[in-house]
Amino acid sequence: MQNNSFYNEILTEHNLHPYHKHGLADANLELEGVNPSCGDDIILRLKVVDDVIVDGAYEGEGCAISQASADMMLDLLIGKSKEEGLRLADIFSRMIKDKISDEELEELEEAGVLADISHMPARVKCAMLGWRTFREMVE
Amino acid sequence: MQTEERRQQDHKIRKDFPLLTEDIAYLDSAATAQKPETVIDAEAVFYKQYNANPLRGLYQLSVEATNRYEEARECVRAFIGAASTEEIIFTRNATESLNLVAYSYGMHVLREGDEILVSIMEHHSNFLPWLQVAQSSGAQVRFVECDGQGRITEERFRAALTPRTKLVAMTQISNVLGCLNDIALFARIAHENGAVFVADGAQSVPHIPVDVQALDVDFLAFSGHKMLGPMGIGVLYGKRALLQQMPPFLYGGEMIEKVTRTGATYAELPHKFEAGTVNAAGAYGLQKAIEYMQQIGLETIQEREAFLTQYAYAKLRETPYVTIFGADDPAEHHGILTFRLEGAHPHDVAAILSDSGVCVRAGHHCAQPLLQHLGVSSTTRASLAFYNTTEEIDRFVEVLQTVRRKLGHAE
Repeated sequence: MQNNSFYNEILTEHNLHPYHKHGLADANLELEGVNPSCGDDIILRLKVVDDVIVDGAYEGEGCAISQASADMMLDLLIGKSKEEGLRLADIFSRMIKDKISDEELEELEEAGVLADISHMPARVKCAMLGWRTFREMVE
Repeated sequence: MQTEERRQQDHKIRKDFPLLTEDIAYLDSAATAQKPETVIDAEAVFYKQYNANPLRGLYQLSVEATNRYEEARECVRAFIGAASTEEIIFTRNATESLNLVAYSYGMHVLREGDEILVSIMEHHSNFLPWLQVAQSSGAQVRFVECDGQGRITEERFRAALTPRTKLVAMTQISNVLGCLNDIALFARIAHENGAVFVADGAQSVPHIPVDVQALDVDFLAFSGHKMLGPMGIGVLYGKRALLQQMPPFLYGGEMIEKVTRTGATYAELPHKFEAGTVNAAGAYGLQKAIEYMQQIGLETIQEREAFLTQYAYAKLRETPYVTIFGADDPAEHHGILTFRLEGAHPHDVAAILSDSGVCVRAGHHCAQPLLQHLGVSSTTRASLAFYNTTEEIDRFVEVLQTVRRKLGHAE
């Protein structure tokens, strides 16, 4: 039996007590991301000034992985440029679909706790929901 | 039955199922049943002893293959009480059976202005084909809804019928709520209204005695793999008079009488609907599955499943934060318990249960209109079969009680 070690304290904390799950009145980018087969649904909002993500938030519902992943993503993205954000999105995507270096894992900070998702193919789309929505939004 | 006696029965049954070990608690039989050794071996026996292309060879081996295939058809006929083997068509699964009816009957008979009545609790396989028929023919799809207990009452059914209703599609047992619809009653009312009745037996044929003549349904679809048989073999029962007037579903080999440069005449029933080389080994496996069920006894199967459902329902009911969908009476659940655990997404519930080897389904169960009706986007479902034990249910509930804590909720 595989072990779902990704249900750790960091993940459950981000799911139950998210920092970024709220509205964002002065957002200038907004996109809904949905995983129709599981009902995961988020609305991601960003405030981008001179290509820098100065603030971000999300609202929605879904499994612990989809929600916590979106929250950890915003921890990383806020304060970074769009380019830098896309680079991190690429690292995250490679982490849960394949493998990344230890240096890259370090860059993902807490989001790195989702590395083991790669053993559970059905949950990859949950972890990717926030990042996928971010990519679609800024690309 | 005494506990000791039940334990002995558990042991006697479970030793026939190679996959049912201590490692797992398999509570997903509504998705697919586990297979007894006799079924697993049957396909190998077919390929080792009888393999030839059935229905056309003139040599002895092909005759043997044909005999195994046709014996399986007769076994299915007797099992569901059909009048003739001409009314038993082998397909891949219930989905294909229902598509066959939709395309060969629905598409040819239904017209603009006609109505198709489906229940809100249909699996997508008994809903989407009818939506396709409606979109092509100009007919309309209407719904009959269930009440809070999951019941479709006679009153609701009569109210949903109109003089334009030409076809009714309804499942006998819901794959989400576990409720048993009164198909015999609804088929009679549909017939009085001039409509044909298409029943989905995917969840009923594996668990309760089904007699197509007593129910008087026009079509009944079911899958082999949910009734201990192999994947890739399914059945469509249809009344002969209707099947005869329907054009073929798939065209090609083994379904023709005569072909010229410009046309063809088609084989007699049931071969008209079985184009291409058939799944004879699968049919042989399905026969072994039916024989196994008969050897255990449908009464024993029903008694065990009723007992296990009652046991699981009571345990789940007393688990904090759990809401069970459907009837308050476990006798109406037929082995299917669909629930939500407050504060936990069903996919997280299933993943955490999986750590302890407990296999349950989470999601929309291919019945999204019903989930919308219930006001939820996904649920967790535990489904039972006669080979399950109270120990498996105990393990399931025990782990379920840890899920909220594992997700970080304070108790």
